[in-house]
Amino acid sequence: MADNVTPRIRVPREASAGETITIKTLISHPMESGQRKDGDGNVIPRSIINRFTCDFNGQNVIDVTMEPAISTNPFLEFQAVVPEAGTFVFTWYDDDGDIYTEEKEIAVS
Amino acid sequence: GNWGKLAAQQMLSQDDLLDFDTYGNVSLIHVTDIHAQLKPIYFREPEVNLGVGRNKGAVPHITGADFRKAYGIDDGSPSHYALTYNDFSALAQGYGKMGGMDRVSTVVNSIRAARPDALLLDGGDTWHGSYTCYHTEGQDVVNVMNTLKPDAMTFHWEFTLGSGRVRDIVNDLPFAALGQNIFDSEWDEPSEDFAPYKFFERGGVKIAVIGQAFPYMPIANPGWMFPEYSFGIRDQRMQEMVNEVRAAGAELVVCLSHNGFDVDKAMAGRVTGIDVILAGHTHDALPEPVIVGDTIIIASGSNGKFVSRVDLDVRDGKMMGFRHKLIPIFSDVIEPDAEVTAVIDEQRAPFEAELSEVLGRTSDDTTLYRRGNFNGSWDDLICDALIEEREADIAMSPGVRWGPSILPGQDITREDLWNVTSMTYPNAYRTEMTGEFIHTIMEDVADNLFNEDPYYQQGGDMVRVGGMGYRIDINKPIGERVSNLTLLKTGESIDPSKTYVVAGWASVNEGTEGPPIWDVVENYIKREGTVSVAPNTSVDVVGA
Amino acid sequence: LAMGTAVAAAVPFKVFADVDADVAAFTEGAEIGEGGITLVAPEIAENGNTVPIEVDAPGAVAILVLATGNPTPAVGTFNFGPLAGAQMASTRIRLAGTQDVLAIAKMADGTFVQARQEVKVTIGGCGG
Ligand SMILES: [Mn+2]
Ligand SMILES: [Mn+2]
Repeated sequence: MADNVTPRIRVPREASAGETITIKTLISHPMESGQRKDGDGNVIPRSIINRFTCDFNGQNVIDVTMEPAISTNPFLEFQAVVPEAGTFVFTWYDDDGDIYTEEKEIAVS
Repeated sequence: GNWGKLAAQQMLSQDDLLDFDTYGNVSLIHVTDIHAQLKPIYFREPEVNLGVGRNKGAVPHITGADFRKAYGIDDGSPSHYALTYNDFSALAQGYGKMGGMDRVSTVVNSIRAARPDALLLDGGDTWHGSYTCYHTEGQDVVNVMNTLKPDAMTFHWEFTLGSGRVRDIVNDLPFAALGQNIFDSEWDEPSEDFAPYKFFERGGVKIAVIGQAFPYMPIANPGWMFPEYSFGIRDQRMQEMVNEVRAAGAELVVCLSHNGFDVDKAMAGRVTGIDVILAGHTHDALPEPVIVGDTIIIASGSNGKFVSRVDLDVRDGKMMGFRHKLIPIFSDVIEPDAEVTAVIDEQRAPFEAELSEVLGRTSDDTTLYRRGNFNGSWDDLICDALIEEREADIAMSPGVRWGPSILPGQDITREDLWNVTSMTYPNAYRTEMTGEFIHTIMEDVADNLFNEDPYYQQGGDMVRVGGMGYRIDINKPIGERVSNLTLLKTGESIDPSKTYVVAGWASVNEGTEGPPIWDVVENYIKREGTVSVAPNTSVDVVGA
Repeated sequence: LAMGTAVAAAVPFKVFADVDADVAAFTEGAEIGEGGITLVAPEIAENGNTVPIEVDAPGAVAILVLATGNPTPAVGTFNFGPLAGAQMASTRIRLAGTQDVLAIAKMADGTFVQARQEVKVTIGGCGG
């Protein structure tokens, strides 16, 4: 598995019911493209985050298919509707089979 | 010409230089691109400064006699010497050096005597460009500038001190550090380290000063030195900031910019609601504002050579009129501010022996200068040194616009050499490049200078080349401008598939190896003793 | 001026045939209109390895992004779920040289619209 893969997320702590909020995510990951060669001329094998999803209380917000052209430490920004208080679940899928998950709760005022 | 020093300076007096009929209710004082020149210098303005597209033949892209004609400047006059290149060394004998921050202080004080709450705004490229600035990591310039009590500043070369050092200085700065286009590169949000704007109450007028840092920082300079920041023009956000300050009651909106002149003109056409743009970066000095729509654009030169004063009549939230003067800092005529002189001397004292060491001298027919789109004699000298000292076929020197001039028959001190080479990535590399890659570099840099869309222009000059000649058609698109590459030592065409040894300096790549450029050139000058640079005839320019 | 190790191509790349294949796989050969989609990318990339882009197509179910000049053009596909607050997203991408970035949105009614934006990837200039 890739070393030191750390997700970071920016979600407001609270919103009003039905409000659209901005979410930003970053995950530290080399996103090795599979197109680079090492010092001996051997291709460095591809190793990337290939999919990202964000769900809220079991319903999908966004589902992103990612290719090697996504930069190192993938950054994503998107919008979500918050119908009620609950939990965002963020999931990153690594080529090596690892899955990284983070949760963020949001209150509704 | 034979202008005797006395005769020339009898045409000048401090009172005349500072004479200004105070107008309206607000005064702005603009300095920019000082490049750490605390002491008076000679600075020859460019002979070649070509505009393309809609800016062809428009100021600041006219030089020499055309420039004097456009502004009604008499031949041999002080303005001729200050603003154009012709007869430079002869006129310099008469009119003397220009600039010096102690003289600038006198001018600022005199404006403040007439208008105590005048705003002093610094356009950046301030903490870079000298021996003492390098060795104190900008502290010498910071200490001197603080005595002038600026109100706000924006940035470019400052970031090459490294972002940590910039933050250290900014944290202690007794005035505003502005840049609406400085973003946190990680989260793509406005950086918390630099405010987008600051409000001032002056003359009963609510003034907003919005900062615009150099947009192409990580392209033109090493991005690895300031990885936390992202820049860009961000004119949409500029519009948002203008709207925000207007909504908060701003009656006058000033943009303190380091975009470069043509970019500022383009931005003034896209963003509405800016009254005054104080332009920097491209080092143009213009005796009159350029007006785009309802915006006036002021260009105040470089290296401490000029101070702009703009008086404004602001009533009912509108700029009703302005009065402007580009004040040339004739250093033998304007009395230095003794307090500031003392602070300057204090900064220099620990380095005086190194600064003053004479490395060699110029021959009687050689003026060393930098400005010009394709070459300058300083760069020709640097390229000669690179080819000799690094045993290269071809030399490349960056087309930076800073760096004072040296007159014929003048001693060249270590300080003089550092004034044209000082930077934090000085390594003189020696590498092999194919002819094709050399051509690609030339095309790439030419497009950064001659792209018809100003938003693609980065405000430098063409990469200087030694050992190789070429032809350039400035009006062609990228990939088609540069042709007839010729290796001068053999007269043969550059072969795209062949490999050449290239020496250069100021690479933006991390880990570039080689001796610092000042050591390379110092060795060369010391060995030559007297340096002579023949006129450069190896660039054939088409479409000017 | 960036000389030495990194060799970034500054002249425009040829467009690779894979672009057509990727587009066809997404649209299944349907016609592609203009309008209704916005692609924001810088005129000049500060760094070709990390170029910010934003796509926005109100009412879209998915947006495909292609870097038409990369040896492998595919960049990613944003599929919007029922709780998407807007059919927009931002990310950062790698561009192997000056080229067009292409975004194609599949709308809820099965139609497609596209937007493209040229991004210049430069070796670097020199400073004033
Ligand atoms: Mn600059
Ligand atoms: Mn400058």
